[in-house]
Amino acid sequence: MVQFHSSVDASFAALSDPTRRGVLEQLGRTEASISELADKFHMTLTGMKKHVSVLEQAGFVTTVKVGRVRTCRLGGRGLDEEAAWIERYRQTWAARFEELDKVVEQLKRKEQSDGRKANE
Amino acid sequence: MDAKPTSEQVQGPVTTTDRHSDREVVVTRTFDAPARIVFDAWTTPELIMKWWTPKSFGITFISCEADVRVGGTYRFVMGHPAFDQPMTFHGRYLEVEPPRRLVWTNEEGGEEGSVTTVTFEEKDGKTHLVLRDLYPSKAALDEAMASGSINGYPEQFNQLDILLKAR
Repeated sequence: MVQFHSSVDASFAALSDPTRRGVLEQLGRTEASISELADKFHMTLTGMKKHVSVLEQAGFVTTVKVGRVRTCRLGGRGLDEEAAWIERYRQTWAARFEELDKVVEQLKRKEQSDGRKANE
Repeated sequence: MDAKPTSEQVQGPVTTTDRHSDREVVVTRTFDAPARIVFDAWTTPELIMKWWTPKSFGITFISCEADVRVGGTYRFVMGHPAFDQPMTFHGRYLEVEPPRRLVWTNEEGGEEGSVTTVTFEEKDGKTHLVLRDLYPSKAALDEAMASGSINGYPEQFNQLDILLKAR
């Protein structure tokens, strides 16, 4: 449990930065080298290396170095745990809201028919 | 819901969920009704009972009390066939501003419970709803995530249901 908590902490820290969230979004579409990411986000290679390193430590990204190119892609478990929880959260409320739609629809119809009666 | 959606456009209203900070989760949804109607559905016990526990959760209300005024309390008691004891969810309303804003505490988890803020913003006869669950600390939200619970309960029941069905 302690391990899980520290991994969640690292995840939150990693996701607190808009550039790092952008990098994740980008890697969600396709893998990329650090220099490609640096270009894309108008940063120095060193700056991007730091961001990728934070994402890697948090378990969001894995990198593989082939020759002189380090390729980054989404990976690790951290994102899965959080994304799964957030998705369940969404599903919980989405299910409730579908039922709420029905209640709201009934109330609307009742209000309309009450309104018609009042006008008669 | 027999119609098979072919794209996002025909799937109806979208529920979004985002973690806005390390201790806050935000849910949004738009309803096709004026705010006063949606607000009523959140503040009238007989109406809450109709939608708060969809069938898929596998839980049913035993009782639902809600004294919706500042300082008033609510108490939802629910049962599930797999549990001998009913579960009680309770808290206090901190802000009540019909039909715009509702804030309550979730106290069943003790000090670690979230404070839920719901705002109802009406535009062109529709209501944009924003629900914020603010946990007292990062650790409290971590704990909720670690336990897999959503506001303390539905997911645990939901998961249990899946488990039972799988047997």
